[in-house]
Amino acid sequence: MTLTPNGFDLDNTGRRIVVDPVTRIEGHMRCEVNVDEQGVIRNAVSTGTMWRGLEVILKGRDPRDAWAFTERICGVCTGTHALTSVRAVEDALGIMIPDNANSIRNIMQLNLEIHDHVVHFYHLHALDWVNPINALKADPKATSELQQSVSPSHPMSSPGYFRDVQNRLKKFVESGQLGLFKNGYWDNPAYKLPPEADLMATTHYLEALDLQKEIVKVHTIFGGKNPHPNWLVGGVPCPINMDGVGSVGAINMERLNLVSSIIDKCHEFNKNVYLPDVVAIGGFYKNWLYGGGLSSKACLAYGDIPENPNDFSPEQLHLPRGAIINGNLDEVHEVDPRDPEQVQEFVDHSWYTYGEPGKGLHPWDGITEPNYELGPNAKGTRTNILELDEAAKYSWIKAPRWRGHAMETGPLARYIVGYSKGHEEISDQVNRLLRTMDLPVDALFSTLGRTAARALESEYCGRLQRYFFDKLVTNIKNGDSTTANVEKWDPKTWPKEAKGVGMTEAPRGALGHWIKIKDGRIENYQCVVPTTWNGSPRDTKGNIGAFEASLMNTPMERPDEPVEILRTLHSFDPCLACSTHVMSPDGDELTQVKVR
Amino acid sequence: MENIETFYEVMRRQGITRRSFMKYCSLTAAALGLGPSFVPKIAHAMETKPRTPVIWVHGLECTCCSESFIRSAHPLAKDVVLSMISLDYDDTLMAAAGHQAEAALEETIEKYKGNYILAVEGNPPLNEDGMYCIVGGKPFVDQLHHAAKHAKAVISWGACASYGCVQAAKPNPTRATPVHKVITDKPIIKVPGCPPIAEVMTGVITYMLTFDKMPELDRQGRPQMFYSQRIHDKCYRRPHFDAGQFVEEWDDENAKKGYCLYKMGCKGPTTYNACSTVRWNEGVSFPIQSGHGCIGCSEDGFWDQGSFYDRVTDLTQFGVEANADKVGLGAAGVVGAGVAAHAAISALKSAQKKTQSKKEEA
Repeated sequence: MTLTPNGFDLDNTGRRIVVDPVTRIEGHMRCEVNVDEQGVIRNAVSTGTMWRGLEVILKGRDPRDAWAFTERICGVCTGTHALTSVRAVEDALGIMIPDNANSIRNIMQLNLEIHDHVVHFYHLHALDWVNPINALKADPKATSELQQSVSPSHPMSSPGYFRDVQNRLKKFVESGQLGLFKNGYWDNPAYKLPPEADLMATTHYLEALDLQKEIVKVHTIFGGKNPHPNWLVGGVPCPINMDGVGSVGAINMERLNLVSSIIDKCHEFNKNVYLPDVVAIGGFYKNWLYGGGLSSKACLAYGDIPENPNDFSPEQLHLPRGAIINGNLDEVHEVDPRDPEQVQEFVDHSWYTYGEPGKGLHPWDGITEPNYELGPNAKGTRTNILELDEAAKYSWIKAPRWRGHAMETGPLARYIVGYSKGHEEISDQVNRLLRTMDLPVDALFSTLGRTAARALESEYCGRLQRYFFDKLVTNIKNGDSTTANVEKWDPKTWPKEAKGVGMTEAPRGALGHWIKIKDGRIENYQCVVPTTWNGSPRDTKGNIGAFEASLMNTPMERPDEPVEILRTLHSFDPCLACSTHVMSPDGDELTQVKVR
Repeated sequence: MENIETFYEVMRRQGITRRSFMKYCSLTAAALGLGPSFVPKIAHAMETKPRTPVIWVHGLECTCCSESFIRSAHPLAKDVVLSMISLDYDDTLMAAAGHQAEAALEETIEKYKGNYILAVEGNPPLNEDGMYCIVGGKPFVDQLHHAAKHAKAVISWGACASYGCVQAAKPNPTRATPVHKVITDKPIIKVPGCPPIAEVMTGVITYMLTFDKMPELDRQGRPQMFYSQRIHDKCYRRPHFDAGQFVEEWDDENAKKGYCLYKMGCKGPTTYNACSTVRWNEGVSFPIQSGHGCIGCSEDGFWDQGSFYDRVTDLTQFGVEANADKVGLGAAGVVGAGVAAHAAISALKSAQKKTQSKKEEA
């Protein structure tokens, strides 16, 4: 048994369970755990199993193009890397964006938060709690009553509606071709919902699938497409022209009306479907409060959604910034991404090498040389891994630390930081939820807490979206239609050397890009992303990361069926393509192999 | 098994009449060069055929293709997944994980040998023995080979699978390699774009289900129906280009009037895609309409053609058509495309024949 510095007893003597691929996530991930004789997880190992090398690809390119490259880090949280990138470039070059650009960027970023949270809950996470096969046993009339009791304002609630969905589901299941539901864990006792709740939630799985394609149209209006809308260093690319010549095609009244109607539609869904579903489903799992991991000990948030352009001071941000360490919620530390002592990355257990073992590097000075090797106790071969050796290197994810601490980041971390700082809206939401569910504050530190924080945040983001929409309209009314500042568009106006940092709160948590510019070109580019924090392997001192910590001490109903592991990992909304893209800045030629 | 929802039932539920269905069967017979006597056989096959299984694998990618796919408005993604195909393996959306997910893949391959479509999102990296992308403890390229072996056709979703995309941009550190360079013995349909338009994705799949053949492909292996013309050809700002009215600076008066974005680096004149016609997200807009030039994301190697804000250089204002002609001449290798497409159709045909003869045996 080993006690980690961050307080977890690790015991790897029990039976080893391997889950690879971990599905319903973005990217590729593997998880290994040891369970004791009672089936309780006593050791957890999380591994990022992909690596793309975007940072070296960025080297030598035009900094104004970087948003497009980094946007392709992730198509699920699409846009948030692009926003982080243009902020980093603007920070480096001292470019001030106009007020309208700030409002439009905020509306787009909030739109992403909502879209991502809704899709995550219904399409990536719900099947960990909801059993669609069990929904076939539901009484549509009772389902209708349940729907009306949890959400009286949701119009789609008639018995006939639920009967139709059930019939369609029945046909699907009876076809024998179960598609996405194939080989699910449908007879596992970990599923606790009555058939009516299963039918209600499965119906909302389909409703949310229809809705999500509407949500993103806000990106399409301002950015031309989704996934991967277009951005611009210095502002936003879409001009505003309310009633001048050629206003068709620009941001005009028709476009604004469409944005406004989508904001309303999303907000209705959050209020009448998403939040009530989380409360209703959560109610049946109130006794399953596992998965807290690092959330009660160490949380990190960079903050986002600035009230005014170009001002990222913490009191100006609608999503809170701060760090909590050692479980002390009474003290929220300020976070400075420029401080070389704060954010550092370690690679002792990652498939990279630094010159010195045990060394941590600030992202501005980040170097990464790949070094794929398995430890002496790994089972299998180099290209057929059966079991990893976590005492050695075991992941394509680096280990970022804040002042040496492994941190959790994401909606729950934002909400814990906000709650600790007395953020009015957040505290109000959390208190109301806990009252409704009759749960103590400690219940937040759990898998369910993570899932609930995401739903609360989606609702809060909807209100912020409305606020910034109104702000945009007011500003236009006052005669300002500027959307871009082109004073420093031309690289000839730039200093010979510059460095900057951009930060956002991506749906999954704190996201930072660090850039160095030299002679008008990118000299170094480093991203430290939410899933690098959450999916981090162990560090030099043996601290385990947030995924690993959250799995500890969770009992499994059937160790061969990883329902509980998936449930908790999914509560972080892992994004592996994001977390594992770093690469040697000098782009060393790597081993070549033959095409098979 | 009597409750299997067949292709016929699906079509009926989509509002297609029995009469249209029979007409469709006749057309299919004609298209496949079969006589009228085959019509009832085809109809019988359609009436009893299970939904086409699709295996959707993921290599190095960002999942934007999956995200785009679920944005489809016609048909809706839920209708595709519940009623048109059987998405038997897709690690982004499937309920099962680990061993149970791998078992789902094996069962599908075994049960539907030669009759499933393999959809590939992302690409395999070949450096470091393929271990820059690991699935089930093994290199992704192994899974790709394994799943492709018995596929009836392969769809390369997006710029990653089709051309390599961002991770293959210089210096391509992981040696990310497009699918057709690894899978060389199967008909491959490239659906490029970063990501492709949602309705283009579902359009390609439903075309294959409806007509039971590969769509007509161009020389590069792209469906001609969506990729045969440049964005510039059908851009609603084209008259401004022809009139010499250009945006000179972001957010200037000309930008507000919706003038042409060519001088801001728009790659519409060299990009083959359906953005200016189908548009994005149920036709709401497309990049040029929202004020930013096209970045050319459906073209091979678009990351390495200079800055997105550099003016397209091999194009003078009045030389566009000449240039387009050159492109056209280049495509005189259409013969080659025809051969490839023909080979693909033959492969599908023989796959289909096998299914039918099995049915008859049964």
